[in-house]
Amino acid sequence: MSTTHTRNAARTMMSPAVILLLAWMLVPLAMTLWFSFQNYSLLSPGNESWAGFNNYKYFLTDPAFSEALVNTLLLVGGVLCITVIGGTLLALLLDQPMFGQGIVRLLVIAPFFVMPTVSALVWKNMFMNPTNGLFAFFAKSLGVTPIDWLGHHPLLSIILMVSWAWLPFATLILLTALQSLDSEQIEAAEMDGASSISRFFHIVVPHLARAATVVILIQTIFLLSIYAEIFVTTGGGPGNASTNIPWLVYRQSLLSYDVGVGSAGGIVAVILANIVAIFLMRMVGKNLDL
Amino acid sequence: MARAVTLNRRLFNTGLAWTLGLLIFFPILWTILTSFKTEAEAIALQPALFDFEWTLANYQEVNSRSNYPRFFMNSVIIALGSTLLGLLIAVPAAWAMAFVPSKRTRGILMWMLSTKMLPPVGVLVPIYLLFRDSGLLDSRIGLVFVLMMVNLPIIVWMLFTYFREIPGEILEAARMDGASMKSEILYVLTPMALPGIASTMLLNVILAWNEAFWTLVLTTTKAAPLTQFIASYSSPEGLFYAKLSAASTMAIAPVLILGWFSQKQLVRGLTFGAVK
Amino acid sequence: MTYFKKAALAVATGAVLAAGTAQAETVTIATVNNGDMVRMQGLTDDFTSQNPDIELEWVTLEENALRQKVTTDIATKGGQFDVMTIGTYEVPIWASQGWLVALDDLGDDYDVDDLLPAIRGGLSVDGSLYAAPFYGESSMVMYRTDLMEAAGMEMPDAPTWEFIGEAARAMTDRDNEIYGVCLRGKAGWGENMAFLTAMSNSFGARWFDEDWNAQFDSPEWAETLNFYVDLMNDAGPPGASSNGFNENLTLFQNGQCGMWIDATVAASFVTNPNDSKVADSVGFALAPDNGLGKRSNWLWAWSLAVPAGTQQEEAAKKFVAWATSKAYLELVAENEGWANVPPGTRTSLYENPEYQKVPFAAMTLDSINEADPTNPTVQPVPYVGVQFVAIPEFQGIATATGQQFSAALAGQTSVEDALANAQALTVREMDKAGYPK
Repeated sequence: MSTTHTRNAARTMMSPAVILLLAWMLVPLAMTLWFSFQNYSLLSPGNESWAGFNNYKYFLTDPAFSEALVNTLLLVGGVLCITVIGGTLLALLLDQPMFGQGIVRLLVIAPFFVMPTVSALVWKNMFMNPTNGLFAFFAKSLGVTPIDWLGHHPLLSIILMVSWAWLPFATLILLTALQSLDSEQIEAAEMDGASSISRFFHIVVPHLARAATVVILIQTIFLLSIYAEIFVTTGGGPGNASTNIPWLVYRQSLLSYDVGVGSAGGIVAVILANIVAIFLMRMVGKNLDL
Repeated sequence: MARAVTLNRRLFNTGLAWTLGLLIFFPILWTILTSFKTEAEAIALQPALFDFEWTLANYQEVNSRSNYPRFFMNSVIIALGSTLLGLLIAVPAAWAMAFVPSKRTRGILMWMLSTKMLPPVGVLVPIYLLFRDSGLLDSRIGLVFVLMMVNLPIIVWMLFTYFREIPGEILEAARMDGASMKSEILYVLTPMALPGIASTMLLNVILAWNEAFWTLVLTTTKAAPLTQFIASYSSPEGLFYAKLSAASTMAIAPVLILGWFSQKQLVRGLTFGAVK
Repeated sequence: MTYFKKAALAVATGAVLAAGTAQAETVTIATVNNGDMVRMQGLTDDFTSQNPDIELEWVTLEENALRQKVTTDIATKGGQFDVMTIGTYEVPIWASQGWLVALDDLGDDYDVDDLLPAIRGGLSVDGSLYAAPFYGESSMVMYRTDLMEAAGMEMPDAPTWEFIGEAARAMTDRDNEIYGVCLRGKAGWGENMAFLTAMSNSFGARWFDEDWNAQFDSPEWAETLNFYVDLMNDAGPPGASSNGFNENLTLFQNGQCGMWIDATVAASFVTNPNDSKVADSVGFALAPDNGLGKRSNWLWAWSLAVPAGTQQEEAAKKFVAWATSKAYLELVAENEGWANVPPGTRTSLYENPEYQKVPFAAMTLDSINEADPTNPTVQPVPYVGVQFVAIPEFQGIATATGQQFSAALAGQTSVEDALANAQALTVREMDKAGYPK
């Protein structure tokens, strides 16, 4: 019984959010689009001129571009795999009866509250450092050569750091979903003599699919623009081994101060993000019946 | 969950869960411990877990070097301000989407979320120029606004999914009683929605507290929050692990404590519609 | 757009009103979190008691973060800072853009002629000083006298690369985590590229020939990079590709490096018994050469500049004059001892008998005098700068090439590939920038 009156009211209520977001998106985007067609370097102002598609050509033919594209996907995919699988296992464990469950849960969610810059600094200096880090200490105590994490496995190191930060989020959502699982349903299946493995795959997994979708959606949004961790640890290297698209854009705009190419990169990143978004939204639409 | 579980099983679960929990928490614990060591001990070849000379020197040093209270207050103001402003705008929007859905609702929601996928570096220069022209550089108001915008899609989404779980019949009944829309929101909906709003608020405070791009780029001194504070300890000359740990502890402690105390409230609304 | 501006203006006006009347004279200083600057921050009571109407606000950041912030601010005229800490690379570029206030009148007792000529020259454009040096540095060899003795060798005052290579391999004792030589490996134009560019000068290499053609395909560069990578593989610490100045300092202070070739300013840190475990067994020597007439030491000065357009020009200049004055050097000496005085800026400091007792004083001065930014290489070049090329494009290019060389050090690519990539990307960037100009 939504009358025209309520509809109008609803529209009014939505408009501040919609208008603000629209402005927040369009104004800078329009400016970025304009800059992307300009020769515009912050370091030589006054020399701006029309560049046509040169900035785009330049950004897309950068040898680092394809590497960055792959790295972005690996980073997002890697973190999603670790957090969703790890989160599911952890949630299953935390759902079991045990002593001190509340405290364990506090321990598990703690990383979520840590600033990305702090976590990257701590991981880099106090854990992954191959001479003075704690990992190196353990390796040496075991008589193994310490791994040079950031030098030899830069992308993996970043994936691990980011996964550590996001694991609690995934665990919490999956745990909440798990706790809402109808226990009668499980008991019924138990009566039918279904093994615990088949119970898991036929009842628990489908139930968790929805929660996993949410985890993937929200995390992807944040993971696509990872930057602080790279800034603090590897600076995108060695070579381009840990350069992702946001970092490449960053390098153009704030290390080379080339606003033109940086803006072109920004637009390319927006287009890529939208492709991912469409893909994600399809999946969400299917699983979340909005 | 009243199923019988053997004691052995329970002990096994407990052992495993505690081990994993401590492993996950360990980096934070280690940071806190290191902050009480001397610089030489912090980098010792044989690191000590608890058995070292405890000292507060690092905290004293950090405090004398930086104006921690100001960074802290800025973080509080920016995190709370952006959250409250965001709620003010998001609650009506989410309410409208949840209770007066139209064909476009889903599209609008998805579009809102997709705005969050834009990499901030791509629009850095435009935003910087706009802020400069409007005198908002290094102002708390400017930062409150930016962080509110950055997190608005998440707030709307989270509230929407929560509101949607509220049965529509209750509203219908209230309407039958002749309640106006205002009193409907105030007396019927709000009490039911409070847990969701509280949870959204907590999540947003955490996200805003930890935001480390705009807060670093758009502030210098007057509005600089704790992310900026940390940046000044990131790799100074000489031995610095202990001082870095002290600064890190000071930067994360407030939100860690907040998160721990409000864990229940946070979790209750943190489902994003994942639970039917 | 106009609408947005109006609205924003309204908001901004509101903000100003809400903030109330601000302090009349607040000077905002952007600075690096290096030891000497942190020390200065602790000593500012001296300044504020002389100038009670001036309040100081500090923005202390790690070098890369700081550089980005001040560059963005000055290029867009953001006006957030009244004093900026910048280096020898920025000063000529920024000054010729008209971004900096000339510092010709720093007061009667400033004695600008006392500044070391090499440093002053690097901070002047057309005879005007545009930034006042806070501390100056070159690079030199710092080594452990005890380990050198144990290896049965003796460090000459002016070693060659051959000697360094030999000594480093002899000093390395991996079982006890002692590495013969620690060198910068972390990518960045101010990190590994500063070191490698200076090193390449002594091998006869150069960045560009006189027509701005990139030279990474030259045999001299191949020799430089091969020597460096081989040396580090044989005698360097693990994870060297992530080590910059600070990481190496930590290693050296912790007793894990036999030799370290880096900024002269580090001398006071490695000889300070509070921070360094090896304080009493450190020796110094000139940066190595290869018998080609150029040594591998650089020249740099962290300097204080006043951006054009600041509202607090007079107060800012007062502060700059205070922080780079002779009186400030005495103030530090009084509080922290002569060894901790910011080095490398004033002739009078090196003539002071008290300072001459400091073990690294003479070697620092010799190293600074050894560097010649206007004539840095064996073969002629069109640019100025020892460990950098003073053109705006250099930061971006050198950071990218630095990543390539860092990958070669980490063993992710071969030296040949790293050089080929560096050559390709430098050519690309220089084409885009429109060189030769």
